Amino acid sequence: MSERNVKFMQGNEACAEGAMAAGCRFFAGYPITPSSEIAEILARRLPQVGGKFIQMEDEIASMAAICGASLVGVKAMTATSGPGFSLKMENLGYASFTEIPCVIVNVMRGGPSTGSPTSPAQGDVLQARWGTHGDHPVIVLSCSSVRDLYELTVKSFNLSERFRVPVVLLTDEIVAHMREKVDLTELESIELVERKKPACPPEEYVPYQADPETDVPPMANFGEGYRYHITGLTHDETGFTTQKPEKIAALHERLYRKIENHRHEIIETRNYYLDDAQIAVFAYGCTARSALRAVREARERGIRAGLIQPVTMWPFPDELIHEVAAQVDVFLVPEMNMGMMVREVERAAHGQAEVFGQSLVTWEMFTPAQVLAKIEEVHNWVMSKTTSESRPSRTSGALAAATE
Amino acid sequence: MVSGIGCSSRAPGYVDFNTLHTTHGRAIPFATGIKLAKPEMTVIVVTGDGDCAAIGGNHLIHAARRNIDLTVVVFNNFIYGMTSGQYSPTTPTGAIGTTAPYGNAERPFDLCKLAEAAGATYVARGTAYHARVLPNLIEKAILNKGFSLVDAITQCPVYFGRMNKVGSAVDMLKWQRDHAVSRKEAETLSPEEMGARLVIGELYNKPAPEYCELYEKVMEKAQGK
Repeated sequence: MSERNVKFMQGNEACAEGAMAAGCRFFAGYPITPSSEIAEILARRLPQVGGKFIQMEDEIASMAAICGASLVGVKAMTATSGPGFSLKMENLGYASFTEIPCVIVNVMRGGPSTGSPTSPAQGDVLQARWGTHGDHPVIVLSCSSVRDLYELTVKSFNLSERFRVPVVLLTDEIVAHMREKVDLTELESIELVERKKPACPPEEYVPYQADPETDVPPMANFGEGYRYHITGLTHDETGFTTQKPEKIAALHERLYRKIENHRHEIIETRNYYLDDAQIAVFAYGCTARSALRAVREARERGIRAGLIQPVTMWPFPDELIHEVAAQVDVFLVPEMNMGMMVREVERAAHGQAEVFGQSLVTWEMFTPAQVLAKIEEVHNWVMSKTTSESRPSRTSGALAAATE
Repeated sequence: MVSGIGCSSRAPGYVDFNTLHTTHGRAIPFATGIKLAKPEMTVIVVTGDGDCAAIGGNHLIHAARRNIDLTVVVFNNFIYGMTSGQYSPTTPTGAIGTTAPYGNAERPFDLCKLAEAAGATYVARGTAYHARVLPNLIEKAILNKGFSLVDAITQCPVYFGRMNKVGSAVDMLKWQRDHAVSRKEAETLSPEEMGARLVIGELYNKPAPEYCELYEKVMEKAQGK
């Protein structure tokens, strides 16, 4: 048996090493806690292999620079946190609309504004999907372990190259700064996906003519003889701007289809103890760690709880939630915000099961005991099926106790 | 060729290169990504006074500071034309704009001085009237291995011209002819005599180590060469 490659790594370090393994050879960033280690490590690692690192003058410029680098065929990434993520939004929309593959890591911290720079939070999950103006496709993944930060960074690059779409990789201060043992043996051999290049000669190249099977246009790199135009204006297949209503619609509908028609190949969830579950917990990021322990402890107490941990936040796993909703009595959605993904669970459950949120905004990670207490409260409510007054409240036990 | 947003920034649509029409003010950082990722490409940025000196001002000075090999051509018409005549960072004090109906209270940037002070290694100014000089200045800017800025004075008869009652497009070109002076001539004029006159021609040309080349050395060091 060959030797295993086991390392003790920090989350941000795993992200940087995952990027290296994915073939990322360009990083542009701006210092911001709690993501700075990713930039620091890549500033050292990239030039060792002929890659480029640049610290730009701001977050907006970093997002622009990775788009530029990707256009010449170099896999590119940036990493940031809350305030920086807000600043990247316009150019993230540009990347989405002009179909430039790139990866944006957002290590979530307490917000809004400067908030709590050294504390975890989960308040950017809807911004990751809808933060830029205009309807647009985007893929968002969520990490809850150091291993995830390696594996899902590679996956982010693969998805961005395949679908020509910006991919947002969400994590939080806890996961990014935590150190864990990671077995890289299998992870190092994850197959890499490269963007599809045009098969035709330059004079026949129509830059935004998509493959009808995939709805993704083959992408010619700048500087390789395929001279063409890219604009953030609404454009037709030639890449030039158009104001024809049918062409505008055709573009938006194709951009929607290229993700939605392949959602089953994109969506990944980790499901625990769902087979006989009466209570399904839906949790992501660092919260999923506490939730898993809480679910196990609930089972020890005879409560049939299960856990859905979405790896893919967007597209949202509607089908799974709908299916599970037909089986369970309730969903519990603990999250470090005042209730964001809980609305998505509620929407996808479609009234088949009760959905309870559990909010924690102390910017301290959920403890397993907090989630367990809520599971028990929800379980008791299901058992008694009492009046609506005793319906479990949204705030966590800890927060309620602190405010009383 | 990379551009931002505005009248100037539609220019890449008219040339047969790899052309990138980006977001407002951000042409230079997009171009920086292209250049650093593939230094063998020649990268030209076309932009306007609002695009590069207001919303994109930070990127302009930092690209100049790095001395990255980009050529920035500013279509400087002293006004936001595409959004219909608001005052810009180069609008002269007292001039009228749709957002300066009583005259502009702000002082304008001299883009050439700004670029030079920030670290650009080639700086020149031309005008649309001096149609045989401007291409030479742009050519020299492209040949400069480093950050180059060409302040290209253009006319916006529709907004600046109409609001400031300086006549038609032709009148505005004549104004450029009558107000352009060489560096040598400018040295003989007092500040009062200079008035609104513009110094045209090559204003600064002093090579310095270029950013992508310096980064090559970083890579060699990282690789233990």
